[in-house]
Amino acid sequence: MKKHVISALVSNQVGVLSHVSGLFAARGYNIDSMNVGETEDPGISRMTIVLRGDDQIIEQVVKHLRKLINVLQVKDLSAAPYVERDLMLIKVATPPGRRGEVIDLVEIFRGKVVDISTRDMVIELSGPEAKIEAFISVCRPYGIKDVVRSGPIAAPRGAKDE
Amino acid sequence: MKTGAQLLIDSLQAIGIEVLFGIPGGVVIPIFDVLYDADLKSVLMRHEQAAAHAADGYARASGKLGCCLATSGPGATNLVTGIATANFDSVPILAITGQVRRDLIGNDAFQEADITGITRGITKHNYLVRNAEDIPRIIREAAYVATTGRQGPVLVDIPVDVSTSQVEDVVPGEVKIPGYQPTIEGNQRQIERAAEAINAAERPVFYVGGGAIASNAAAEVKAFAEAAHLPVTTTLMGLGAFPEDHPQALRMLGMHGTPVANYAVMSSDLLIALGARFDDRITGKITEFAEHAKIIHIDIDPASIGKSVPVDLPVVGDAKQVLNELTPLVEYRERKEWFDQIAHWAENHKLSYQKNDKVKPQYVIEQLREVTNGDAIICTEVGQNQMWAAQWYGFKRPRQFISSGGLGTMGYGFPAAIGAQLACPDATVVDIAGDGSIQMNIQELATVARDNIPVKIAIMNNGFLGMVRQWQEHFYNRRYSHSSLNGNPDFARLAEAYGVLGITVDQPDQVRDALEKAMETDGPVVLDFHVDPNENVFPIVPPGERIDRMIDLA
Ligand SMILES: Cc1ncc(C[n+]2csc(CCOP(=O)(O)OP(=O)(O)O)c2C)c(N)n1
Ligand SMILES: [Mg+2]
Repeated sequence: MKKHVISALVSNQVGVLSHVSGLFAARGYNIDSMNVGETEDPGISRMTIVLRGDDQIIEQVVKHLRKLINVLQVKDLSAAPYVERDLMLIKVATPPGRRGEVIDLVEIFRGKVVDISTRDMVIELSGPEAKIEAFISVCRPYGIKDVVRSGPIAAPRGAKDE
Repeated sequence: MKTGAQLLIDSLQAIGIEVLFGIPGGVVIPIFDVLYDADLKSVLMRHEQAAAHAADGYARASGKLGCCLATSGPGATNLVTGIATANFDSVPILAITGQVRRDLIGNDAFQEADITGITRGITKHNYLVRNAEDIPRIIREAAYVATTGRQGPVLVDIPVDVSTSQVEDVVPGEVKIPGYQPTIEGNQRQIERAAEAINAAERPVFYVGGGAIASNAAAEVKAFAEAAHLPVTTTLMGLGAFPEDHPQALRMLGMHGTPVANYAVMSSDLLIALGARFDDRITGKITEFAEHAKIIHIDIDPASIGKSVPVDLPVVGDAKQVLNELTPLVEYRERKEWFDQIAHWAENHKLSYQKNDKVKPQYVIEQLREVTNGDAIICTEVGQNQMWAAQWYGFKRPRQFISSGGLGTMGYGFPAAIGAQLACPDATVVDIAGDGSIQMNIQELATVARDNIPVKIAIMNNGFLGMVRQWQEHFYNRRYSHSSLNGNPDFARLAEAYGVLGITVDQPDQVRDALEKAMETDGPVVLDFHVDPNENVFPIVPPGERIDRMIDLA
């Protein structure tokens, strides 16, 4: 099933999150992730919802979201080129003598070490999902203690000059 | 300065509410206190579920916004079935609930229930009012949302300290809801394409649902069907949107539809759906429904289109407006072969029932039609009674048939009849009931007795949860588990206990007199018809079967 990234503007009122998440629950749509943050207008928030489904299901999701009174705008970003970023904080074990290897990996992936102790370090990494996942797998041999991910946020790419 | 409660009642009057149905309780006493001397009729119901259904019956009968009012906690949760019923059938009601004090919300206070959370999935929208100043704006918005687009219930939850707080009187401005802009006008190009398809069709069927009634489009439905010369079938919710005695009428389709309607739909080459939603009770086996037909779907709710069946030509818009644009573009075509075929089906597959020495429910309804000249507003409960009413009364005009179609709520009909009677004081309003369903809101006999609301209740008393019994007979090897209503009260005597006239009928030759007596009576009447307990609703399409594979053992 194809991955879809839905971007919705919602008015920043109590209950709007439960309206949106409730819609997914009630209609049995499974979501991979949902991310909410304020826009430049504090009265309006942006939700980025990632889910998988065939085109017909996604069309229904979009239509039902549009019906919610507190939802101002809904777009399926995956219908056109878009950029996507996931933010991760990962705590990786650093067995004695191998800290340098981990730091090398962080550099290759252009991550950032944000906390360090004698036994582990916390690394910040952002990027498309595939990159995040690749980093997790290269860290696995050292021992992963914690993964915290924001879930993707996404924006359409700018119009190309003809 | 005014209290929040005063602002509320002022706002309800400003949006045109003339009657509300409710029951008081702790946190709404301030609101009822304003009602004590307000110029707004309020009916004291005996259960909040009935209050919601009465508001709904009022709305369906009048086309106006219905309104109900309940206290927090149990009062609010009692409304839930009524709100869900209205939501499923797209009926505009405004449900107002009291809530505990703002500082107690979330604290498990006495009689607290998170009613906005509970009703999130069964309202078109809901509000928790945080400041009394917001009441006029919220009530206006709520009324606007409920009565426009695809209509539906809106709930407004008001904490008691909001109702009692004193604020400056506020005049609300224009309604501005950026996230809510229903599409009313159909796309011109799509309408032209639809007209081309209609003009080219050899075997078209016009399939009309409740949306046509909600949009007050009955006259347009008729004009369009006649202009293009189309056979017309309606759903249960669409009954009355097209006169059932019209030569082009196929009457109701679906699980208990007429054979001619089901055959025509299944053989059609073009299905024009208007304000209908391809419910499973209509389509039967969905993958084979109208499989040779191209489908045009006209609906105000884009989410309804393409939900159950793939649609070739969607038109999003209000039924009335779209028909007004479509009608001038269609041509009258004789379609003699098609209409001959339809006449043949109609002639050879009439609805029928066998007479015997017992009272037949179909006969009662036929007699009711004669006695009321086919003009009564018919409310129903749910089950066999509902289907017999739909099949046998014969509906001439919209808003004449009032029934819980989508949710199928037993206990709906009687309180809905109370609402309908208040909306149409001069009409004859009859609840065609079952002996099971009527017991789900029978306490409202006290309401009709006290306020002398002259609704007539005609119980098709078969001693069974008849529709369940029928399914057990056909599909569960006659294992009649928990469907006998052994232990029913004597309904006529029960009515008398409430001070309502009760009449028992157990012979076919008493039916007519009893009906006449009921219609001549000024107040409410309970007619207890002891009908043949073995009678079934035919035809019936077995669940999941093609709708042209009906069982008809009548
Ligand atoms: C509130 C509710 N509970 C259960 C049902 C399931 N149900 C559908 S029809 C029916 C039987 C109704 O019995 P009655 O009112 O006597 O009508 P009849 O079918 O006998 O005419 C039942 C139990 C329902 N529709 N609504
Ligand atoms: Mg019964």
